[in-house]
Amino acid sequence: MSLGPYASFIVTSYLSAAVVIAVLIAWVAIDYGSQKRRLRQLEEGGVARRSGRSATDFK
Amino acid sequence: MLNQGTMTLIDLANPTRFLALTARVLPWLAGATVILLAIGLYQAALAPDDYQQGATVKIMFIHVPNAWLSMFVWGVMSLASLGTLVWRHPLADVAAKAAAPIGAAFTFLALVTGSLWGRPMWGTYWEWDARLTSVLILFLMYLGLIALWRAVEDPSRAARAAAVLTLVGAINLPIIKFSVDWWNTLHQPASVVRMGGSTLDRSFLIPLLVMAIGFTLLFLTLHLAAMRNEILRRRVRSLQMMQASRQAA
Repeated sequence: MSLGPYASFIVTSYLSAAVVIAVLIAWVAIDYGSQKRRLRQLEEGGVARRSGRSATDFK
Repeated sequence: MLNQGTMTLIDLANPTRFLALTARVLPWLAGATVILLAIGLYQAALAPDDYQQGATVKIMFIHVPNAWLSMFVWGVMSLASLGTLVWRHPLADVAAKAAAPIGAAFTFLALVTGSLWGRPMWGTYWEWDARLTSVLILFLMYLGLIALWRAVEDPSRAARAAAVLTLVGAINLPIIKFSVDWWNTLHQPASVVRMGGSTLDRSFLIPLLVMAIGFTLLFLTLHLAAMRNEILRRRVRSLQMMQASRQAA
């Protein structure tokens, strides 16, 4: 596969898409871990939801 | 059947049931996204050079899906804003808030990849024509909405203000779509979704559609995951308020 004289523009486009998507995935994953950790800490500190169910229980 | 379907929709208004559904659906959605994007990238790599654009046509396989999603995500946020203002659906604001950073990222990529295509094809990275300018305005509106959600601490007040702003901003969507028809622009007219069918050859159209579906599934995956995070963030906030009121008593 030859990308011709404008290869740098094509490669930069695909790389920028890969980087932005990787940042989005990392943001979502890190945020999920952070929210679950904060909920666990609050529950361990004795704060419970009115329903009595764990805030991280999805079942 | 109809009753069952209605019940399911009502059930989804319950954040806990929504979280349970998300936990089941997310792995499948993520898997389908990876498979479709892998097929799309493979087809894009094998696609022939365009007789005018040469190999730079390969940039279109990521530029067009991102440009399409930049508008689609605002459309999703507009529907969610109606859900906030009209039906007061408990997950509507969660959906809109979770979509905004993802929409901003897709719009950013549409602008960047468009510029990288424009330099070799038009001789410039940027031109203040109607299509490019209206997409830049869309990007700035995404950033404005994200700033609004961060600036207002009370989620219900932020939700109403953001919903009104989103619906006003939706006026920009037809302007973006039809800018190439209404004004004389450097940007080429529609070639995929247009009256009379696509003008693209199958060798370009099929990889483009596969990539577009792959990117749309990527959005759905990230959106569901970000909605789950937002629900958990609101639970953290309500538990923190309970803790503060208990300590004050």
